[in-house]
Amino acid sequence: MAASRSRLLTSNRAGWAMAAPAFGLILLFIIVPFALAFGFSFTNQRLFSPNPTQWVGTANFEKLLGVAALTLEPERDASGAVALDDDGQPTYPRLRGYTRNNPDYPHLAGKQEWFSFGWGEDRVYVLASDVVFMKALRNTFLFVLVVAPLQGGLALLLALMVNQKLRGINFFRTVYFMPVVVSIVVVSLLWRFIYDGNNGLLNNVLSWLSFGAFTPVDWLGNPSTALPAIIAMSIWQAVGFHMVIWLAGLQSISPTLYEAANIEGASRLQTFRYVTWPGLRNTAVLVLIVITMQAFALFAQIDVMTKGGPLDSTQTMVFQAVERGYRKQDIAAGSVISVVLFLIVLTISLIQRHLTREKT
Amino acid sequence: MATVEGSNTTWDKAWRYGLLVLVAAIFIAPLLFMVMSSLKPDPQLLADTSNLRAFLPVGDVSFDNYVGAFQRAPVATFIFNSVFVTTLTVALSLFVCSLAAFSFVFLKWRGQGAALGIIIATLIVPFETIAIPMLIVVNNLPWVGMDGLTVGWLNSYRVQIVPFIADGLTIFLFVQFFKDLPRELIEACRVEGATWFQIYWRVVMPLSGPVVATAAILKFLYMYNQYLWPLMVTQAEGYRPVMVGLEYFRQLNPVWGELMAYLSVITVPVLAFYLVLQRAFISSIASTGVKG
Repeated sequence: MAASRSRLLTSNRAGWAMAAPAFGLILLFIIVPFALAFGFSFTNQRLFSPNPTQWVGTANFEKLLGVAALTLEPERDASGAVALDDDGQPTYPRLRGYTRNNPDYPHLAGKQEWFSFGWGEDRVYVLASDVVFMKALRNTFLFVLVVAPLQGGLALLLALMVNQKLRGINFFRTVYFMPVVVSIVVVSLLWRFIYDGNNGLLNNVLSWLSFGAFTPVDWLGNPSTALPAIIAMSIWQAVGFHMVIWLAGLQSISPTLYEAANIEGASRLQTFRYVTWPGLRNTAVLVLIVITMQAFALFAQIDVMTKGGPLDSTQTMVFQAVERGYRKQDIAAGSVISVVLFLIVLTISLIQRHLTREKT
Repeated sequence: MATVEGSNTTWDKAWRYGLLVLVAAIFIAPLLFMVMSSLKPDPQLLADTSNLRAFLPVGDVSFDNYVGAFQRAPVATFIFNSVFVTTLTVALSLFVCSLAAFSFVFLKWRGQGAALGIIIATLIVPFETIAIPMLIVVNNLPWVGMDGLTVGWLNSYRVQIVPFIADGLTIFLFVQFFKDLPRELIEACRVEGATWFQIYWRVVMPLSGPVVATAAILKFLYMYNQYLWPLMVTQAEGYRPVMVGLEYFRQLNPVWGELMAYLSVITVPVLAFYLVLQRAFISSIASTGVKG
């Protein structure tokens, strides 16, 4: 039987012929660009250039990721006491003296201040070759670290809500999922109006709820609120998607387990802790992986709402990759960012896969 | 179905419905605001944001903004482009990917394990990481068309369609579905002398309604809502889809009503489509979860 089955189904020619169109397209439009991204990241490739492309080794990566720390002592007056400026703050030597043509500090050449912090009397300056990219890196991680647990958690809450046995519950499922089918570009434009500093809906709602006590905020124009505003909107748009995945997980748990818990007299919380949650473990991993992947690709919201501003507070990796690779036509610079992004995503998905393997 | 047990007093129910309605309002309000605003002239639209009238079709209501939007930009062209590109890509994708999945599941051939492995591995490559080098690829591809052999695909329909025909997720969905079909049926057909393509087209595909719906919906949403790629490859307005067409409504001092009208025009049909087929939409998302 086994032999006849394999003879009946073996067909190298037909097998290849049927799989070839899909495989060829994936090869040309996913594998080749992917390999090119790695290749270009070691060159100075541009989209259109009169000069031949040159191999530059790891120079692009050094330019992108170079970071150094410099500890400076405060300036002292003749007596050796710390010199204070008009505001009573200690003053430090100018960074320019170290980063420009200083033969004693060749590794600092061309770097700029990213941030600094006090260390006793001294001040530690963290310098980066590419400060904008460092901010993009930080913002992207911040976005992922906030969005993944928050969106995953809220989606689970919504899934529990719409999993109740109530008349008309399907209506609520339908409504909660609605923003998922709306383009994130449309949502971003719409929410720019909601976040507006003057006539914005959000300011009006908040001032109405607080009986006028709330001072309007220009949500997207303020460096401290711009990224949180984009996070809130992104969750609003996508949370329904993950609610549905959780819901499928919830409904795959056998009703007999709930009956048993009910007979044992378990409270609602105990039922969730000992029946629902263990049954959702695989779903939880999937939801986290999917949200993490999507969050790292953050682009459209930024492009439509803030273009990375104000003060680089909403720069992200993909936005910078497009800005450099496409708008400045510097393919190599865009490719380096793509490669770094891919390595981060790969590392995280390997870690997540490893963690799940141990648990199951 | 598993459901949290609770006391079914009237209060308990009222509380539950209250919460459900409140959350529903958060999801509906922005979309309702979009549609209602599209019907109002700008001064009224802006004044209404300070009260509940923002969500009601009251005051000086008309379709003037829609007329204005169609005059401001070649909206009909954008819509045609989007519909054309999306429909063709979905159709080609369903065919090419299901054919490959059929070959992976029902046929045995040398190298199939490796080929399927490579395809599944591409699932962890975010499109955003290959978009930039893909520009180089499409810029160097030849094409034989009306005006003979040309090189470079920028500003065309094909550059928006061909790269998205085959994708790992669609193939994966079909592979999962085909695995549950009875192999004996395929073997019986083979014994009867049917060709592989006949078995695929006459036997397997007619049984594949659910997975076709799932794959079509996911691909449709992905293609229609695409932004980054068409933004990069369509400089000429003749080929631009609706999401890129938004540029026309985003000047420094936009006519808000027209912007809202345009957003409504490109969104409401999709929402209506979703509301009609909502069970299929929701179960298509759910099935990617259960099987992944």
